[in-house]
Amino acid sequence: MIMFAIMPLWHWKGGQNPSGIRGRTTPQEFRQRTERFIQEYQVGTEKGIPVVQPPPGADLYLEASMWSWRPVLKLKKGASYTLHLSSFDINHGFSLYPMNLNFQVVPGYDYGLKVMPNRSGDLRIICNEFCGVGHHIMTGKILVEE
Amino acid sequence: MISFRTCPVTGLKIESQAASLLRWHAVTAVVHFLIGVCAALLLALTRWQAVHLLPADWYYRILTAHGLNMLIFFIIFFEMAVLYFAGPILLNCRQPAPKLGWLGYWLMLIGACTTNYFVFAGKADVLFTSYVPLKAHPAYYLGIILFAVGALISTLLFFATLVVARREKTYTGSIPLVSFGALTAAIIAVITLVHGALIYVPTFFWSLGWMQLDPEVYRMVFWALGHSSQQINVAAHVSCWYLLAALTVGGVVLNERVSRTAFFLYVLFISMASAHHLLVDPGVGPAWKVWNTSYAMYLAVLASMVHGFTVPAGIETGQRLRGFTQGRFQWLTRAPWGDPGFSALWLSLVIFGFGGGITGVVIGTEQINIIAHNTMRLPGHFHMTVVGGTALCFMGVTYYLLPLIFRKRVAFYKLAQIQPYLFGAGITLMGIAMTYAGTFGVPRRHWDVSFTHAPFPVQFPPVVDLFLAAMGVGGILAFLGGISYCLIAVASVFFGKTLSDEEIRSGGPGLPPGVVRLPRQTHSQEQADEAHRQGNPGTVVLVVIFFVCFVLYYFTNWKVLSMLWKVG
Repeated sequence: MIMFAIMPLWHWKGGQNPSGIRGRTTPQEFRQRTERFIQEYQVGTEKGIPVVQPPPGADLYLEASMWSWRPVLKLKKGASYTLHLSSFDINHGFSLYPMNLNFQVVPGYDYGLKVMPNRSGDLRIICNEFCGVGHHIMTGKILVEE
Repeated sequence: MISFRTCPVTGLKIESQAASLLRWHAVTAVVHFLIGVCAALLLALTRWQAVHLLPADWYYRILTAHGLNMLIFFIIFFEMAVLYFAGPILLNCRQPAPKLGWLGYWLMLIGACTTNYFVFAGKADVLFTSYVPLKAHPAYYLGIILFAVGALISTLLFFATLVVARREKTYTGSIPLVSFGALTAAIIAVITLVHGALIYVPTFFWSLGWMQLDPEVYRMVFWALGHSSQQINVAAHVSCWYLLAALTVGGVVLNERVSRTAFFLYVLFISMASAHHLLVDPGVGPAWKVWNTSYAMYLAVLASMVHGFTVPAGIETGQRLRGFTQGRFQWLTRAPWGDPGFSALWLSLVIFGFGGGITGVVIGTEQINIIAHNTMRLPGHFHMTVVGGTALCFMGVTYYLLPLIFRKRVAFYKLAQIQPYLFGAGITLMGIAMTYAGTFGVPRRHWDVSFTHAPFPVQFPPVVDLFLAAMGVGGILAFLGGISYCLIAVASVFFGKTLSDEEIRSGGPGLPPGVVRLPRQTHSQEQADEAHRQGNPGTVVLVVIFFVCFVLYYFTNWKVLSMLWKVG
């Protein structure tokens, strides 16, 4: 009975839910949106991948493709953002290390999650859905600053 | 030509065609198990980061082969054998349309061989799930379709058997509980196979370039196949629990109606519970997720918990009727631990309930799935359900099928006596180690968690290496247990002498105790009253321990979750 009640209750009171804003997109459309986002807020480049620093409250676009996460995100602790996840090719898995926060990334779908980083640090994104022979080198980066 | 023989132990009439179909399905199952278990060793030695045996492409290839051969080919071949047992043999009737049975068998075999060929040829490195738009050679999908059609034919034959047995009045009253459980498995199998057709046929067309396929729709329908098929396993192995309990210690069914209702719950709710694979997916909304995984899944889980109580309670009562009445636990301490049928049954029950059951319900909770999805907690969970639960139980059944159906002694009986412990210990160690590694975010299906060539390196804490090593050691133990099982089965079937009825009755080496002297299956009214008066004080204690573990694990996970980023 407790178990029946606790899932709806957590939606109402709890801080971690996988609901998000779910929408359809196309790989091309999402890529364009991500490129626009990068142009707007780019502050540098790391390992050939653009680093962006959007203001608190912004919509973040993170594109998964074989085998990288683009771009690198610089966020503020305690600020809230909407993180949009999608894939350019096949299924990927968003796994934030070391928080162990996991979401499925599906091509053609825009998964918009409201996030609020609660600690500063240099975080990694691991791909945890098999995406071909380069799956194990597919890592990305999120920096959270005070 | 129909010919019957009468089993010297159980008194059942066994028809030769049914027995022959059963034997071939069981033997083929063991062959696929052998492929799967060799693959398992290679995988365990690769993920044990200090050994890291295979190169990346072969790791994913072998992983694909391992999943298919274990989860589909081995298990479904064995389940078809279980259906032939629970059908014509338990119901004492003839096998209807044996030719169709053989057609089903050959379709399954050709399908399995085709798919395996294309996997090992490197034409289908898509893993068991083959998530679209990851593409394999069309023949890969075609092989699975053929296999499914074959399985569907055998399943429909089981229904035909029920009709024949009823019309020819080969049993009285309702069908036995074991057959009822098998019927549940068969119904779920049909649901599953229909979903299988719904997903693999379009995927086959898609791989030929004839149509488009949506990745999220694929995931949803695939799991209606993928998870329901696990429920065939559960229904089948729970039936086998009842069967083994009766054969090994004269376990009684405390309440037929309760057990049957629990089986029926599986049929009703299990497809919906497949939704827990999509808990952190973008395609479906929270109401859908919560509805399917709580209201539907918990009723299916409730069914497992009912069996999880009635089976050990039935064992306890059976043992008490055999005179082990002292204290709360004499029935357990004096159980036939040297009987591989019994030890496999008991370990299967414990690993499935405590290991697989608790982790499964917890990670299948909508929000907790955020800290579990696609981490090693997943394979940790399902190795304790499917391998520690289903496969181990089927091994126990094998040790009874060998004398009763194959009419052979169990070869290397001493090895058979320790085999369930070896296999059970290996799987438990591996499952727990995987679960803990996954708690640190170690991904499943990943060739290199040291991320040596990745642009942004990830350094897991050193304790993860310890867990991965424990997983490797557990994998090796389980491999040794698995390979012993294959060795025993193959040696018994192909090199053993066929026994006469007299030889089976007179015992001797290689015959489990339940075969030599079947425990009493029926009891007088006074005995039943006495059993009722004693109740099940031992099982009640075990159930309390179970719930304490469950509650602790459940709320620990909510606590961990609450410390994360706010997300929603």
